[in-house]
Amino acid sequence: MKRKELLVAAIENGTVIDHIPSDKLFDVVSLLHLERMKTAVTVGFNLKSKITDQGHKSIIKIADKFFTDEELNQLSVVAPNVTLCLIRDYEVAEKRQVKMPDMLEGIVHCPNAKCITNNEPMRTRFRVANRELGILQCCYCNKDLPLSEVKIVEQQ
Amino acid sequence: MENRSLVTIANHSREKIEYLIKMASAFEQNPNRRLLEGKVVATLFFEPSTRTRLSFETAANRLGARVIGFADPKVTSGTKGETLKDTIMMVSNYADLIVMRHYLEGAAQYASEVAPIPIVNAGDGANQHPSQTMLDLYTIHQTQGRLDNLDIYLVGDLKYGRTVHSLLMAMRHFNPTFHFIAPEELAMPAVYKKYCDEHGIRYIEHSDFNAETISGADILYMTRVQKERFADLDEYELVKDRYLLKRNMLTKARENMKILHPLPRVNEIEYSIDDTPHAYYFQQARNGLYAREALICDVLGITLDDVLKA
Ligand SMILES: [Zn+2]
Repeated sequence: MKRKELLVAAIENGTVIDHIPSDKLFDVVSLLHLERMKTAVTVGFNLKSKITDQGHKSIIKIADKFFTDEELNQLSVVAPNVTLCLIRDYEVAEKRQVKMPDMLEGIVHCPNAKCITNNEPMRTRFRVANRELGILQCCYCNKDLPLSEVKIVEQQ
Repeated sequence: MENRSLVTIANHSREKIEYLIKMASAFEQNPNRRLLEGKVVATLFFEPSTRTRLSFETAANRLGARVIGFADPKVTSGTKGETLKDTIMMVSNYADLIVMRHYLEGAAQYASEVAPIPIVNAGDGANQHPSQTMLDLYTIHQTQGRLDNLDIYLVGDLKYGRTVHSLLMAMRHFNPTFHFIAPEELAMPAVYKKYCDEHGIRYIEHSDFNAETISGADILYMTRVQKERFADLDEYELVKDRYLLKRNMLTKARENMKILHPLPRVNEIEYSIDDTPHAYYFQQARNGLYAREALICDVLGITLDDVLKA
């Protein structure tokens, strides 16, 4: 395990987001605004993995950065099964899973072209309509949206 | 102050619906109660709808309010690129209440979040039209003396018809049995059948529409089958007459059975039915006034007691 981790340089302190499905890597980057980060961010793309369905995964290591639960829980809509490791002194100080919040604000794009959220400069808002089946519902137009069809909003 | 806006009545409790019916009934006895003296009601119609607008404006006038607003979005700045939010904020400076119709779904919810004054949703695209639902509930109650345990037949366009969807959801408190009669292309969507299942609402789907099928109806709710809904026009020609209610289909109808229609009708109800005791669509439209007076008062914090004293 240690050896594999080293495919991407180890960090002294910070956050490791592991087991990201590779096709969701850029969604994760975008949701956490990693492009604005001032500290070192290392990205491993298309690494071999036995855990994800596709047989490969991606991993992101962000040095000297610890996110709030709220920030990390946003990832639940695109990559609910990522592993989060908080690193202190090169050791895994804490492991966490993301948890889907009851309300998703400004994260998910509503696919309904006639929805007000696509026609006004405003934040989208979705409630979790069915946690087991993974169905969101737009708080404005009330249309259902399965998690499998979620597209995240374009970040400004 | 809590936001008292009316965006939908899908979440109203049984008690709240019964309370609003009592209030509407007070307005039926006397529609002229000047409870809104000195107040200004704005009617903002981003999508034209003459019937709904006239009904709301009459309600506001009979309550003693002044009415401002626009009926046609072409004459307002909406088309010049002003956002809905800016229009709502501007009008909020002048009015005590905004009645709003919009072509976009969720527009009323959004307006209620940004406006410092209450919003009444007069229809937002295919989404919600709570005052129509309220007047339907009022009419059903008025004709049957109750809302509980009724057989309600929904006929026509059950796919795009938002009035039937809202009615179905609002009736969940009252143990109804719904009957769906629609062409295959316009059948009740699965999401609403699921809603019925989840809320213990019985429903039966019929493929025929004749005297026999509708003999068990307390309410026969007709909707328009619009040509635009069909990809294949031949298909439309085939079904359009099959969902026309003819006078000779009423021979086996229950005595208490009433025919409702949100109007305008095109080709759904034979004109010869108008003078039968079953026809009730014109009275239904009139009830829109009483239902809207009640809804306007309720969002402004005026109670049933206030109404009865006025
Ligand atoms: Zn939406």
